[in-house]
Amino acid sequence: MKRLRWMSGVLAAGLALAAAGCGGGDKAEDDNGPVSLRMTVWTANKDQLALFDQIAADYKSTHPNVTVKFDALPFDSYTTALTTQVAGGNPPDLAWIFEKDAPDFVSSGALTDLTPTLKGTAGYDYDDLAPATTKLWTAGDKLYGYPFSTSPFVVFYNADMLTKAGAQTPDQLVAANQWTWTAAEQAAAKVPAAEPGKFGLVIRDFDYKVWDNLASLWAGYGAAPWSADGKTCQFTSQPMIDAMTFLHNAVYTDKAMPPPGTAADFFAGDSAMTVTQISRAATLKDAKFKWGVAPLPAGPAGAQQLFGQAGIGAFGKGKHPQAAADFLAFFSNPANSAKLAQYFPPPRTSLLNAASLKAANPLLTAEQLDSVVVNGIKNGAVKASHLGYAKIDEAVRAAMDTYYQPGADVPAALAGVCKAVEPLLSTGS
Amino acid sequence: MSVSTASAADTQGGGRGHRPPPGRGRRDHRMTARRRDAVAGYLFVAPQLLGWAAFVGWPVVAVVWYSLHSWNLLAGTFDWAGLANYRQLAHDPALGAVLRATLFFSVGLVVLNLALALLLAVLLNQRLRGTAVFRTIFFSPVVVSLVAWAIVSGTLLQGTGGINALLSKVGITGPNWLHEPGAALIAVIVTQTIKNVGLNMVLFLAALQGVPEELYEAAALDGASRWRTFWRITFPLITPTVLLTSIITVVGSLQVFAPIQVLTAGGPGNSTNVLVYDLYKQGFVAHDLSYASTLGVLLFVIVLALTAIQWQMRKKWVVNE
Repeated sequence: MKRLRWMSGVLAAGLALAAAGCGGGDKAEDDNGPVSLRMTVWTANKDQLALFDQIAADYKSTHPNVTVKFDALPFDSYTTALTTQVAGGNPPDLAWIFEKDAPDFVSSGALTDLTPTLKGTAGYDYDDLAPATTKLWTAGDKLYGYPFSTSPFVVFYNADMLTKAGAQTPDQLVAANQWTWTAAEQAAAKVPAAEPGKFGLVIRDFDYKVWDNLASLWAGYGAAPWSADGKTCQFTSQPMIDAMTFLHNAVYTDKAMPPPGTAADFFAGDSAMTVTQISRAATLKDAKFKWGVAPLPAGPAGAQQLFGQAGIGAFGKGKHPQAAADFLAFFSNPANSAKLAQYFPPPRTSLLNAASLKAANPLLTAEQLDSVVVNGIKNGAVKASHLGYAKIDEAVRAAMDTYYQPGADVPAALAGVCKAVEPLLSTGS
Repeated sequence: MSVSTASAADTQGGGRGHRPPPGRGRRDHRMTARRRDAVAGYLFVAPQLLGWAAFVGWPVVAVVWYSLHSWNLLAGTFDWAGLANYRQLAHDPALGAVLRATLFFSVGLVVLNLALALLLAVLLNQRLRGTAVFRTIFFSPVVVSLVAWAIVSGTLLQGTGGINALLSKVGITGPNWLHEPGAALIAVIVTQTIKNVGLNMVLFLAALQGVPEELYEAAALDGASRWRTFWRITFPLITPTVLLTSIITVVGSLQVFAPIQVLTAGGPGNSTNVLVYDLYKQGFVAHDLSYASTLGVLLFVIVLALTAIQWQMRKKWVVNE
């Protein structure tokens, strides 16, 4: 009997401990003493981290008690690592957040409302933030994330490889008003024949797993994975069937794109064209080939542009939520936004012009900046997101594998995707 | 308590000149020694028990507790959900595919691993030149890092990788191993089997070498064929090792994670999405730790049931049980 009581005591203590652990969260500490802030980021780029450190050092000169550390987490498992830190009661003070996770973070109540701090900071010019860029990070009239990077999807191309294959470059096709997905695919299909082992077109980071990167193709077809209210699956819509039939032919019939399981890195010279975000332009600094950049090709729905976003949020359960918001106000003020613009296209209307961006982007010409960056942000749409994105993402990924087969029945495969994802969309879980 | 009382009585009794009955004193003394031994024993096992309680016992209890809650990691809420997660489990549209993948994977791995290990052990138990070299070769994957093994295998299994290059030399067009449902499952099973077959092989070798030589001599005198000798003498005598290896391999097959994460990430479709990998995805990709805990409970019950069945069935086919 005694032993039983002893065991139940241990069990109860353990469960209480677990429940306490689940609650997580530390009480806010005094911001007047030494303050150490931690911001998680997914970049490991030395130049970018050096710029962040420089901004933090500038902030310390006026706020000597505040030290900011940037914690680079691996890109692939970034959200998992971040969520685990939050769940473990050790959230960072500030964090980069992917646009696809924005609804979950914004609605969770984990982030601090930044509006009063940003609006109340002298010289911040809050109204300069383009509404299209803050929409995803806003609930009601409260801003829960600062969209520090609004990066349009573009097509980078290797002019040497395309010329060798006897294909026109995207810029030539743009000039001839023939820059369409079909023309891009036809040019791409010539590459493997001219240079065995090389590929024509790669949708970067898609890799037959990260299906949402196909949004760049879907934009031109007017296709979207789900309806605007997020409640209805649209993988079975005609525009989506057309876009996915085009992609299937490009991979399995025309061999314009590498098949599943084949790595082809544009920046290493493995492919002639790649669809990716303009923020990758810095990777081409030491490129050994002649390259160019063009906007996304037009599809049946015309020339639609798309951008991805990354926001910065301040965690309410961090030790210094107000100090974190204050630092973010400094990090994203007009002067620092101009500095960050060389890597991260800013959400500020005043900076969204070729002249301002040119100073920060020496690799791109004013024409390129105007046609792909300024036009992309002003006229583009943001990539799709949804509440409970992680589960939806996984359900679509598993269901899409039926489509990635040489003889796939495209409409049937896409119907399978809707069957898998509809329960998750309707519950909005 | 009783020890100190007895000691006091002894002292008092001695003082009055009345000695206690000899039997009682000896019994008290024995009790003391036994208790001291028990305390020492508990102290010896305490570090192991504490470690087990902290890293096995407690997590098992916690997983059951979590499975009865709804845990939103971002919002930091942890609310009682009763059996809601178990109802979700019953209606999970992917669960059938996950359990099917788990069954095919485990059966494939266990059968291939044990058959190959036994075959290799029998071959390498011959007194021939060079067997030591082959034993080392077959055992060497066991000591290679699991993830490194999977990465190298993944490179070889690519559509244009080494395996298909070899197959094309003999006129066979190999499949895109990791991207076709059936081929992917086979690829993962074979990769994992080659990685671990050496361990079971060594266990079988030790068992084979423990079979008394005179039994073989007697069988030879009776004119038994090698096939008959193996099934009538060798195999029955190594059944305790067969039981051990089958339990280890079945439990191990239900815990395989690294090769699936590196090679297929559960795909194509759900063809290699075994239960333990689905649990990982629910918990650490979809951030639903409550549902992942529910899958953990299901996995625990399956492992427990399979081990219990194997343990019960041993009486029917294991020698000396």
